[in-house]
Amino acid sequence: MPSAPDAVPDPGDRRDDGREDSPLLFPGTRLHVVTGKGGTGKTTTAAALALALSRGGRRVLLCEVEDRQGVARLFGLPPLPYEERTIAATPGGGEVVALAIEPRAALLEYLDLFYKLGRAGRALDRVGAIDFATTVAPGVRDVLLTGKVYEAVRRRGRGRGAEREHTYDAVVLDAPPTGRIGRFLNVNSEVSGIARVGPVATQAESVMRVMRSAATRVHLVTLLEEMPVQETVDGVAELEAARLPVGAVVVDQVRSDTLPLELLDDALAGRVPASAVRDGLVEARVVRRDASGAGVVEGLLAEAAEHDERLALQDREQEALVATGRPLVELPLLPGGVDARGLEVLADRLVEQGLA
Amino acid sequence: MSAAPGRAPSGPAGPVLDVDALLDDRSTSVLVCCGSGGVGKTTTAAALSVRAAERGRRVVVLTIDPARRLAQSLGLAELDNTPRRVEDVGAAAGGSLDAMMLDMKRTFDDVVEAHASPERARAIFDNPFYEAMSSSFSGTSEYMAMEKLGQLRARASVPGGDGSEPWDLVVVDTPPSRSALDFLDAPRRLSSFLDGRFIRLLLAPARAGGRAYVRVLSGAVSSVTGALSRILGAQFLDDLQSFVTGLDAVFGGFRDRAERTYAMLAGPGTAFLVVATPDEDALREAAYFVERLGADGMPLAGLVLNRVQTTALPRLSAERSWAAVVHLEGRTADDEEDGTAPEALSRGEHALAAGLLRLHAARMFRLEREQELAARFGREHPGVAVAQVPARPRDVHDLEGLRAVGDDLGGAA
Repeated sequence: MPSAPDAVPDPGDRRDDGREDSPLLFPGTRLHVVTGKGGTGKTTTAAALALALSRGGRRVLLCEVEDRQGVARLFGLPPLPYEERTIAATPGGGEVVALAIEPRAALLEYLDLFYKLGRAGRALDRVGAIDFATTVAPGVRDVLLTGKVYEAVRRRGRGRGAEREHTYDAVVLDAPPTGRIGRFLNVNSEVSGIARVGPVATQAESVMRVMRSAATRVHLVTLLEEMPVQETVDGVAELEAARLPVGAVVVDQVRSDTLPLELLDDALAGRVPASAVRDGLVEARVVRRDASGAGVVEGLLAEAAEHDERLALQDREQEALVATGRPLVELPLLPGGVDARGLEVLADRLVEQGLA
Repeated sequence: MSAAPGRAPSGPAGPVLDVDALLDDRSTSVLVCCGSGGVGKTTTAAALSVRAAERGRRVVVLTIDPARRLAQSLGLAELDNTPRRVEDVGAAAGGSLDAMMLDMKRTFDDVVEAHASPERARAIFDNPFYEAMSSSFSGTSEYMAMEKLGQLRARASVPGGDGSEPWDLVVVDTPPSRSALDFLDAPRRLSSFLDGRFIRLLLAPARAGGRAYVRVLSGAVSSVTGALSRILGAQFLDDLQSFVTGLDAVFGGFRDRAERTYAMLAGPGTAFLVVATPDEDALREAAYFVERLGADGMPLAGLVLNRVQTTALPRLSAERSWAAVVHLEGRTADDEEDGTAPEALSRGEHALAAGLLRLHAARMFRLEREQELAARFGREHPGVAVAQVPARPRDVHDLEGLRAVGDDLGGAA
């Protein structure tokens, strides 16, 4: 089939906003799938990535599929309907559009679009067939969700032929957690067992082609803790085995050193006299000049020792991630929680490290 | 091990959950740990089980998806769906601990085999829908956890070889789901689906004795099945029809048992513990669950708040520590609003003091925020008793670690 050449250079391939950042890790990516173990910051990372991608005047769609309304909460908005809505405008004329994909609505839309099933669709709904298809029939739900994402990735605006630009420069999918991601994206194989022929099977095949293409990358979000790291390592292997394109491993909530390491080591090993710390504390008016301050020094050192132990654990877990061979992208721990400013900080880091 | 920083001052003056009293109360026979994913449910369930056994209870713990090393610490090297004795736990106090991991598919298989003729069971197993439904349908693990809980509860009171009852306490971890409410909702959703109109429609041919049903169905309904065939393919409907027909007998039993297990959960002897971490998402899920348990008349014992930040210096606030860092490093306070920018590394004459204070400031920022969130939960749900478990620098994956978590849980009172 002859394909129309893109008149507009793929925005993923170059930056036009004049910033000096790392080269893109995955040039040409139009669909970023973000997964991770529950509680690792998957939605936050997806949102920060969407913001980062939208800088420099690009239009980005941020999709969620788990009925959680996590995006709305993150941006402090009322629940999002099954409708594309601009939720953030970024400098340079870019914007982030959000869509909460709801399987029921997606199925009715699909039926109407392809089969003009206005009345029969409602009849299906009345006997519970829609509920069946969207909640119980295995795989069908996932085909509907990924099918809608697929449609958004390929959608082009009005215009003629090659003049028509993609409606979205990039799509970010806040996907199901690592434990389910392989099955979720591999809709083809899941559905082929039960719907071997027919439009659903055909749809699944088209979706799979996009999922496996160079325009898609699946990023895994993790914390530097044992279980999330194990799940990430397993997830990378599972995705690779399913021939799905793995992108970066995003290490979230990284705690960092606040002291030159040798200084901390010396302090913890007792090679620095307590008086050196005390003098500083007196200077900073944390300890009164006439007080011993021993309790404060001891307390601060105990906290530092715990921090040190955690960093050592982080290092070990990091090695396991490095061994996956995927690029690691780090996001800092934001002690005050994630707010609008925090999201921008995270977006900055993603740009600096070449994910956007 | 290094000296651990002390316990945080107990925050908002809400009721404290007396975990030991709960474990020692012989009328507590089922303990359900629930909460959203990633909050430490499995570790909490395991730690409570070890502690209960060492206080003289005969415990069986049903875990759903434990971390490998945690599973190994309980002797669960393999997923074999059978309770196994965990050695060296509780004998001194007259207690014992058995542990098992739920194998969802195997539990499903067992139920089918127990309730269908071998011939019918084979037909069910061979149907493509069965494979998908028994391993990937999102409500199945909740359903099977309830099923297994019912089985364990029934076995608990059957005297063994030595004439004593094997267990007097069943501790249940709940499946990792996107919402804490799934554990209560999924079984019922499956039941109501099986009772729904759509299934009755699909079952109609079998019940009417064959394909002649088409004639007796109304025009609307046949247009529905027609539409379905067009979209999903005719094979899909045939497979589905035979699957549902085959499962009908089995699911009759499922439904009854799910109802009985549900009633048992609401009855005396059961206690729910909601597990959360002190962050907004987990506490919101916990709040939903607490409200839902109340609405359903389910007995809530309290909230376990995991991974709570602690400090040795509660009186040195984040604000004051950060002001001290600013002073020592000669910065202006505007350089970094929250004092925790990752690239910040203290240097200079008082680098050590400044660095330590910076660490403490970051810790206190977290702690103060957590306390704020916990206090809000307390205000919105007064009367919910809370047990706090301090954050640990390392993961828990052995009995010693589980005992330490148990000490924190028990020591909260």
